[in-house]
Amino acid sequence: MNSNQHIRSAFDRDLDRVQAKMLKMGGLVEAAILDAAKSFETNDIDLANDVRARDKAIDALEAEINEDVTRIIALQAPAASDLRTLLSILKVSANLERIGDYAKNMAKRTNVLLQMPMIENSPAALRNLSREVQLMLKDALDAYVRRDTDMAHDVISRDTDVDELYNSLFREFLTYMMEDPRNITACMHLHFIAKNIERMGHHVTSIAEQVVFLVTGEMPAEPRDKADQTSTNVNLSKG
Amino acid sequence: MTDAVHKTSLFVQNDSTKRRNAAEKRFRLFGKAAITVGLLMLVVLTYTIVSKGTGAFQQTFITLQVELLESKLDKKGNRDIEEMKKVSTFGYAPLLKTAIETTVAAAGIETSLKSKDMAQILSDSAAAQLRDRVLADPLLIGQTVEFRLLTNSWIDGYLKGRVTRESIANNKNVSVEQLDLVDALVAQGIVEKSFNLSFITGSDASDKRPEAAGIGVAMIGSFAMMMVVLALSLPIGVAASIYLEEFAPKNWFTDVIEVNIANLAAVPSIVFGILGLAIFINTMHLPQSAPLVGGLVLTLMTLPTIIISTRAALKAVPPSIRSAALGLGASKMQSVFHHVLPLAAPGILTGTIIGLAQALGETAPLLLIGMIGYIATNMPETVSDALLAPNSVMPAQIYEWAKRADPAFYERAWGGIIILLVFLITMNTLAVILRRRFERRW
Amino acid sequence: MTSAKTKITASQVNVHYGDAHAIKDVNVEITPNTVTAFIGPSGCGKSTFLRCLNRMNDTIDICRVTGQILLDGEDIYDPKVDPVQLRAKVGMVFQKPNPFPKSIYDNIAYGPRIHGLAKSKADLDEIVESALRRAAIWDEVKDRLSAPGTGLSGGQQQRICIARAIATQPEVLLMDEPCSALDPIATAQVEELIDELRANYCVVIVTHSMQQAARVSQKTAFFHLGSLVEYDDTTKIFTNPKDPRTESYITGRIG
Repeated sequence: MNSNQHIRSAFDRDLDRVQAKMLKMGGLVEAAILDAAKSFETNDIDLANDVRARDKAIDALEAEINEDVTRIIALQAPAASDLRTLLSILKVSANLERIGDYAKNMAKRTNVLLQMPMIENSPAALRNLSREVQLMLKDALDAYVRRDTDMAHDVISRDTDVDELYNSLFREFLTYMMEDPRNITACMHLHFIAKNIERMGHHVTSIAEQVVFLVTGEMPAEPRDKADQTSTNVNLSKG
Repeated sequence: MTDAVHKTSLFVQNDSTKRRNAAEKRFRLFGKAAITVGLLMLVVLTYTIVSKGTGAFQQTFITLQVELLESKLDKKGNRDIEEMKKVSTFGYAPLLKTAIETTVAAAGIETSLKSKDMAQILSDSAAAQLRDRVLADPLLIGQTVEFRLLTNSWIDGYLKGRVTRESIANNKNVSVEQLDLVDALVAQGIVEKSFNLSFITGSDASDKRPEAAGIGVAMIGSFAMMMVVLALSLPIGVAASIYLEEFAPKNWFTDVIEVNIANLAAVPSIVFGILGLAIFINTMHLPQSAPLVGGLVLTLMTLPTIIISTRAALKAVPPSIRSAALGLGASKMQSVFHHVLPLAAPGILTGTIIGLAQALGETAPLLLIGMIGYIATNMPETVSDALLAPNSVMPAQIYEWAKRADPAFYERAWGGIIILLVFLITMNTLAVILRRRFERRW
Repeated sequence: MTSAKTKITASQVNVHYGDAHAIKDVNVEITPNTVTAFIGPSGCGKSTFLRCLNRMNDTIDICRVTGQILLDGEDIYDPKVDPVQLRAKVGMVFQKPNPFPKSIYDNIAYGPRIHGLAKSKADLDEIVESALRRAAIWDEVKDRLSAPGTGLSGGQQQRICIARAIATQPEVLLMDEPCSALDPIATAQVEELIDELRANYCVVIVTHSMQQAARVSQKTAFFHLGSLVEYDDTTKIFTNPKDPRTESYITGRIG
């Protein structure tokens, strides 16, 4: 937080309020990720449905945040760090909303997967992957609150791990599918889930990039390492 | 890419600049010359006034031991004031003759003058001085008392260099022998020039006794008149001004009033004198020559000045102050009296003092109400006396003296001018000081 | 969302300066405990209308006001109403800070004195202190109450003027461009003060700075050429105004 208060306390209150909403949204999204993964692992239909229902709250918060930021920009004419704060809040909440949607989709597919034979190890693998992403999100939001660019850079680098985990899952699913064609449907769904989680990771990286923008005024220079080679490396598809 | 034709250097002055600078130089020279001429005239004026007038502040006195014989002054011997008053100044004159004779003999001065001629060097008022002292303190009778008496104006003129042995050739009032006697007395310290306080505090004297003439009574007359002017013109002028500036509706009627006030300020002062004569003296039958009447006439004259300067002072108060007061719920009266007036006070004060200073020096309007030509001999005893008893004023007194033939009076006229100027300078300085002091707060 | 009651209701108000028609058929309702801003280009009549609310226009001879202005249901232009008494209830702060050239104490005490609000010196001291506290300037001047009011900085002087206006315990506070003579920091301090004041007073502020109106007010009225064009919540006016004239003014498309 800024150490200096604005002379006009109303401005401070407005900023604090909208930031609090964003962090609340972040909390909801983190919970959604974990619950979605858990529902898949424990075959809990009710939890899955609950995650899907809670997405509405996340979307509502995003709409509220948009409205608030618009109002503050129109009325307060913020400048410098205040302006960057508000713009980054817009972007972060948009990213959070996407992550929330992916979590919802995960929960949706759980419904379907429960009617199919379980692929061994898949719940554990997916749980690890989603846990990894949830931790990244938590750290990204912490970095935002603390305006900590080092932590943000750390989060960005951890996305590489997520990508690599995804790559290995991809290979694994391919193997299963080649072993037994009856696995294909299940593996396709699993793959979509894995892909969603990988995409969540990219959105979290976006959030971390916003932290750097907020503090320094510039987006991080180095291009994100895209360790995901599944779309480029042909050899991956060969056993 | 240069265009050599149009490019000029800053280091070279072009023609219009040169012309402008020359014109400015000329103007400055004119200004300096004007100031120099003004200063020169001021110096000449000051020098003339001071050199001619300081003489009036000194007077020649003779110290005599006078034996106050009971046989002449109090024949019955019972120190009865009423009885003693019956002895007029004529009765005291022989005492003086004896005294001067004795003194001259005691000083070892040889002279061919008789005692009557010796006594002639004394002022005509010497005997009166003696009498006043004795009547004030009858116990002195029988003793020999030292008196410091005025000499006559010719002797005084001699000591001041006005009178020489050649100039008195045809003069019956003074002779060469008397001058010799005086020289001898001066050598012994019996006759000397010293500071004459009674010039400032004393009353005017008749033609024959310029040495005894003083401006004191006329000063009281001036002062009383100033008080009347102040007491009347300040409240009336300020109230009228406030009304015109703050309360009067802005229509053609008030415009007419304003134009008339401005014109009044330009009316020749003698017109006010005629007005005073017609109204105050003929119609209202106020006493002639009284400072009260003079004050009333000068009030009429000073009012336009005060009204105009008060209005300027009121206008100078920023309208934001009035708005602030009104915005707080003050009525018009409250905003004027609590806020505008205190802020306008320095300007009003300055205008008043300047108006008063002008009135102090006015003579023409007083002509027709009788304050010129009046010999101011009696010091007023009470306040009502000061206002209602006939009197003169300083400028009038000066004029009177200047009119008289005796050069001794002429000298006193210059002395009076010095006193008048001191008054005026003091009042104007006061105005400046007050203005500075109040302006700093605002 | 309108308040249960309104503080000031203006109906069909027209103002003429001689022949010039300065305010045309203005209807507006001012709600209590809010800051209402009047904005508009130069000469649009916002200051004129503001001055109608405390009858300051009475001091101008050629000004004629028609229509009805109700303060708590009472018509302030009723012949029974004394403007002097009205101005104790409706205070005013002006564009250029204009403290009286007296001590700070006397500045604040003047209003209560002339309206007889204090029964004793102790009473008056309390009124002065409370006014200065509410104007957020007590800490800065409490040690020099007898110093002249004119010896302070611009922002402090304006806050003294605000303290002076609220010392008479008004219900409505009118402010005519109170920050236009102040630098940005002093402006921010005064705006913060205005925000605090609305808890106790109904504030109406005329400002030529739209941004200030956006920052400080809850409701905004846009005046143009003497008419009230639009009157709505400030957020609405600045994010999505109804009238195209308002939109033009807000976005800077007309002068």
